[in-house]
Amino acid sequence: MSTYAQKKGFGATLWDFLTTVDHKKIAILYLIAGGFFFVVGGLEAVFIRIQLAVPNNDFVSAGLFNEIITMHGTTMIFLAAMPLVFAFMNAVMPLQIGARDVAFPFVNALGFWLFFFGGVFLNLSWFFDGAPDAGWTSYASLAMASKGHGIDFYVLGLQISGLGTLIGGINFLVTIINMRAPGMTYMRMPLFTWTTFVTSALILFAFPPLTVGLVLMMFDRMFGSNFFVTTMGGNTVIWEHLFWIFGHPEVYILILPAFGIFSEIFPIFSRKRLFGYSSMVFATVLIGFLGFMVWAHHMFTTGLGPVANAIFAVATMAIGVPTGIKIFNWLFTVWGGSVKFTTPMHWAMAFIPSFLAGGVTGVMLAVAAADYQYHDTYFVVAHFHYVIVGGVVFAIFAGTHLYWPKMFGTMLNETLGKITFWLFFVGFHMTFFIQHFLGLWGMPRRVFTYLPGQGFETSNLISSIGAVFMSLGVIVMLYNIIITSVKNVKVGNDPWGDGRTLEWALPSPPPFYNFKQLPLVRGLDAYWLEKMEGKKGMTPAEPLGDIHMPNSSILPFVIAFGLFVAAFGALFNMDDKAWSVPVLIIGLLITFGAMFLRSVKDDHGFHIHKEELMEDDNDKGVKA
Amino acid sequence: MHAEDKLTYETWPAEPEKSTLEAKNKFLGFWFFLGGETVLFASLFATYLALKDKVPDTTHHLAKDLFELPLTFVATMLLLTSSLTSVYAMYHMKNFNAKKMNFWLVLTLLLGAAFLVLEIYEFNHYVHEFHHTFTSSAFGSAFYTLVGFHGGHVAFGLLWITTLIVRNSKRGLDLYNAPKFYVASLYWHFIDVVWVFIFTVVYLMGMVG
Repeated sequence: MSTYAQKKGFGATLWDFLTTVDHKKIAILYLIAGGFFFVVGGLEAVFIRIQLAVPNNDFVSAGLFNEIITMHGTTMIFLAAMPLVFAFMNAVMPLQIGARDVAFPFVNALGFWLFFFGGVFLNLSWFFDGAPDAGWTSYASLAMASKGHGIDFYVLGLQISGLGTLIGGINFLVTIINMRAPGMTYMRMPLFTWTTFVTSALILFAFPPLTVGLVLMMFDRMFGSNFFVTTMGGNTVIWEHLFWIFGHPEVYILILPAFGIFSEIFPIFSRKRLFGYSSMVFATVLIGFLGFMVWAHHMFTTGLGPVANAIFAVATMAIGVPTGIKIFNWLFTVWGGSVKFTTPMHWAMAFIPSFLAGGVTGVMLAVAAADYQYHDTYFVVAHFHYVIVGGVVFAIFAGTHLYWPKMFGTMLNETLGKITFWLFFVGFHMTFFIQHFLGLWGMPRRVFTYLPGQGFETSNLISSIGAVFMSLGVIVMLYNIIITSVKNVKVGNDPWGDGRTLEWALPSPPPFYNFKQLPLVRGLDAYWLEKMEGKKGMTPAEPLGDIHMPNSSILPFVIAFGLFVAAFGALFNMDDKAWSVPVLIIGLLITFGAMFLRSVKDDHGFHIHKEELMEDDNDKGVKA
Repeated sequence: MHAEDKLTYETWPAEPEKSTLEAKNKFLGFWFFLGGETVLFASLFATYLALKDKVPDTTHHLAKDLFELPLTFVATMLLLTSSLTSVYAMYHMKNFNAKKMNFWLVLTLLLGAAFLVLEIYEFNHYVHEFHHTFTSSAFGSAFYTLVGFHGGHVAFGLLWITTLIVRNSKRGLDLYNAPKFYVASLYWHFIDVVWVFIFTVVYLMGMVG
């Protein structure tokens, strides 16, 4: 079964990726699909900035502008940021704990394909009379009045991709609890693994409310129920609650893995262990817990009353405490270290002040009384772009450069990486810093244009020019990826030279079974410990033996594809199209048929035998 | 131990649902899944409580006019008993007795099916006697969604356990299918617990206004 080194044709490679259950290949799928949607969402952002560059612009109409902002937000959160974060979780977390794969490899593949087909379905709305236009929060009072099928695409697309995320979360939780290598206690887990763990718990408890909200909206729009129809006794605030009970933990689902990536980068390039490891773990768990207590700060102006507003305001400010702990720990990690300013370290160093600025405006917004002034202005837009771009997107860029050699076996060019960084960093602050002031001066968010003489012209133009710099940064990075992939200079186990955790003890990319013999973990930064004692690699914790591996399967793809087909049937059934019900039934038959097949057909996986593993050793001289 | 091992009554482990790595993963993963399901039902309960008795005008019936305790009491007893029979089934699973396990599982299925029949009768009754439908009011939408989601879970459970019994009828128990039976029974307990809450929050609290 030692086929991973052989050359394959395009068809065989494609089939390999369609059927793979290997966490490392699924990570690549997440990276490609998430990267694609990131570019789509980025183009939408560029259109927004072109429209707003000058007053009274008619680059897009008001209705189209609503569709673009809705799709920009929805795409970036659900289809770009989350999958990209999932890409790193899949690529790195099982290696960091010394596991052979995740707990449910089949479910892992299913999760990816559900996300992918949900995302494609949502974006196909552009080609079927209009995209969703009620904002990424899709408040029911707006969404119920939306004409066309945009909202239905939103509801069904997010439902499908949300299922994929949920099962992905369960998978990571079980993997981390059950499959750690010998000696890998909880308090020896790398911070990225810890943040994956807490994030997965947040996913598990945050996504069901979204599922319910989407179901209620689907019932209202498709089957004539009255959850959000006030004349029939309905109540649109229910949507706001359900959405934000999901939506607030969602932003921590995005930022915690970003914290994890930076918590790997600072020690590696400061060549010093992470300062305050246990307080970092504590802060991560606390942020995850508090993340569920603050959803109503998005609804201060809804009219929940002063008591509710006060409680949620205080809870929100409390999150500043564990986050502050983290900021200081990162600073103290760099302090006195022997710092190497690589591309990932550039992103990490820029992350601290950028994210901090977003955190400070967050505390400002938490003051409920003041929020009445900020609400629905560009101040809010500036705030959440500072935390999401300055935090999550910076981490995704940093992680891409850091883990690229581990995922693909070759380094990205450092000079181009730094050019990307400076273009994007300057562009980011240029775009969003001025938006704080636009908001304070009274420019409302989600408006498609403004009049001359309101004092918004120069600031909006500066903001739009900033977007050009960010776009250039992304283009340089894509160029970087292409030229380094063509050159394809192979690198060894530890290409940065200062890797601390288990993933750097493996070849780049690792063999499909990861560790030939499970490693013995003797402390935090397990690989660093061994290196400091002059050893080349990890000490094995078991004799060389047969390795049990899961079989590849096309069924995850088929299950997700069936739901994709069924969603078209459900959606067009609203127009009384004759073909819609058969399409719905066929789609569900495909899905449930594939699930049934999976249930009744035994799948024991296969064993890689000891002799083959020994042959691999001789062929490639790989030590794992 | 491995899933493919051929076992006898003597070598059958004490906790067959957790004796291989795959089984341990399945066991824990399913508990997490039920955690997510709990939040799902909590959201539906919250929606129901917010929309209870919210009707467009006074011609519509409210919870206190609709519900009758005898019917829901029988339904509750059927489902609670089916949970008990599934416990017996798992007792025999742990004792490597596939025949007796199947007997108790079939009994579980019959009780679950009877519950579902009662629920269908009940819904039909509300629709025809009281014109309380899915689309008649926000109260109707919330009621049928919450109770219907539970009913859907029962129906799925029936199909699932039936598939398990049919698939494994010839080959008896092994460490590959024992965890499957075990998580199916966990699921069955879970929908039973949800029903206890529905019985309390929807029916009992509905009766007292």
